[in-house]
Amino acid sequence: MSILGAINPVLTAGLSGDDGWHLQAYVARGGYEALKSILAKKESSEKIIAEVKASVLRGRGGAGFPTGLKWSFMPHAVQGDRYIICNTDEGEPGTFKDRDLIRYNPHAVIEGMAIAAYAIEANRGYNYIHGEIWELYQRFEEALEEARAAGFIGQNILKSGFSFELFAHHGYGAYICGEETALLESIEGKKGQPRFKPPFPASFGLYGKPTTVNNTETLASIPFIIKMGGEAFMNLGKPNNGGTKLFSVSGHVNRPGNYEVPLGTPFAKLLEMCGGMRGGRKLKAVIPGGSSAPVLPADLIMDCTLDYDSIGKAGSMLGSGAVIVMDETTCMVKALERLSRFYHEESCGQCTPCREGTGWLYDIVRRIEAGEGRVDDLDTLEYIAGNICGRTICALGEAAAFPVQSFVKHFWDEFIYHIQHKTCLVPKDVQWAGSGFHRLVEEA
Amino acid sequence: MTATAHNPSAGCSAMLTPETLQKFDREIAKYPAGCQQSAIMACLALAQEELGWLSMETIEAVAGYLAMPPIAAYEIATFYAMYNLKPVGRYKLTVCTNLPCALSGGVHAAEYLKEKLGIGFNETTPDGKFTLQEGECMGTCGDAPVMLVNNRRMCGRMTPDAIDALLKECQA
Repeated sequence: MSILGAINPVLTAGLSGDDGWHLQAYVARGGYEALKSILAKKESSEKIIAEVKASVLRGRGGAGFPTGLKWSFMPHAVQGDRYIICNTDEGEPGTFKDRDLIRYNPHAVIEGMAIAAYAIEANRGYNYIHGEIWELYQRFEEALEEARAAGFIGQNILKSGFSFELFAHHGYGAYICGEETALLESIEGKKGQPRFKPPFPASFGLYGKPTTVNNTETLASIPFIIKMGGEAFMNLGKPNNGGTKLFSVSGHVNRPGNYEVPLGTPFAKLLEMCGGMRGGRKLKAVIPGGSSAPVLPADLIMDCTLDYDSIGKAGSMLGSGAVIVMDETTCMVKALERLSRFYHEESCGQCTPCREGTGWLYDIVRRIEAGEGRVDDLDTLEYIAGNICGRTICALGEAAAFPVQSFVKHFWDEFIYHIQHKTCLVPKDVQWAGSGFHRLVEEA
Repeated sequence: MTATAHNPSAGCSAMLTPETLQKFDREIAKYPAGCQQSAIMACLALAQEELGWLSMETIEAVAGYLAMPPIAAYEIATFYAMYNLKPVGRYKLTVCTNLPCALSGGVHAAEYLKEKLGIGFNETTPDGKFTLQEGECMGTCGDAPVMLVNNRRMCGRMTPDAIDALLKECQA
């Protein structure tokens, strides 16, 4: 179990042991009651969407778009197939929350998808699962079998007249497929290259049909919102930031893992839940919302609460809730070099500013790291990053530019030191010690 | 979907076992009629699972099975990073070296593996046992350092001891 802590948990409440994911255990926790009650009452679509709007649930995949509003974009009068898609293509560096939801609470995702399908009048759904973790694809397929056998998925669900078919689809190693229109292309059996918008998926989605794509955690929250009521869910968090959220904490803390806390919880509290900094070292910086989010130095993040507004005000994004913690042993140039390499590798190649720009960013950061940096490199980085932003079909361009801009801005002196001294400000042996690996080699 | 004049099963049945083709059909059944191209990613992964890698002939045969143009299947095989477009060792080890993993030793674990195996990234040991690859974000950052064995088995907390144990297990 890698859900290591929680305050007022909703999504992870009552989860225990390795068998808790099964249908029987989920039903014992009150699972599928929300779906049953909606079907029994023949609840109107408007009422369900209103409840989700009242919960102020915002998309948990990174963009933070209000879920209820997204659902309301689905056109009413269109005949034929309509789709609800779950985005479990969790590849944002630092993020591993949806993995644990599928592993330990897959039926919450299935029930959430069934309720969403009912509300947006979808008859088919797919869950697009990150290809690297094969176990998840198998787990979700097993959970689907259980749900089908119990009559929660399929034709004429619980004799209500409502039908919904749901299937698992897996990726095979492409970060870009986390972007919703790239994901749709990928389900259609094509390269995962994002589409121009508009049209948005609600009017032209999978196979050209009306489609809504939501993140795994977003959909898993739905049954609980229906059960407790939108307002009660909202009140777990704070205004404009409803509910609890899973935070994936990685890097230099004593207990990296997933934590479910109410939105608005102080960052310092989360750090404490993680057992504090590894080796009692000093916090240097945090990327609060997955690798695409701008980095924040220690003094800024320590004043933040974990919600969309507070992190946004500090100059970053809550994103997917992936909190990457770096201590004083981190070389910020090396750290940025790792991220820039990733975005260069993962650019789908469709838009020139991103395809070429991410390569240039990586080349320059890499040469600074290798001790071959030039004095004007930092200006060049800013120039390239600034020219990628706003000039690409999807947000991968910005995702590559934000780390470069924020690392250089907040750690300017360290970059200058690296260029002038042709080496890291933080000695290499200190970096090795910080990773924990070196110490283990010595002990072995 | 564009249907071509391919015989849906001729190439594949000579190349793949009936069990694998049954799995193909199970994947195809997930999609609406005429949308069988949607199963290409799963089918290529299944073919790779059986044959170890995807030759041009394999990709064409799978494309034929799904009645899609071979070039469209080749686009998939080259776009997604987990397909092997040339033979790999019996164990393909993919190590994550992205930032969250690197903070907990991902890069150092990769260096340790290079030293142990005597090969660099994208190389295979002379005995054909191991191929080493650099991978990125596998969605398991909390268990860093992480590595993936043959695309299917995720190994976390790969300290030197755990790496030694894994290599020993593969040698057996």
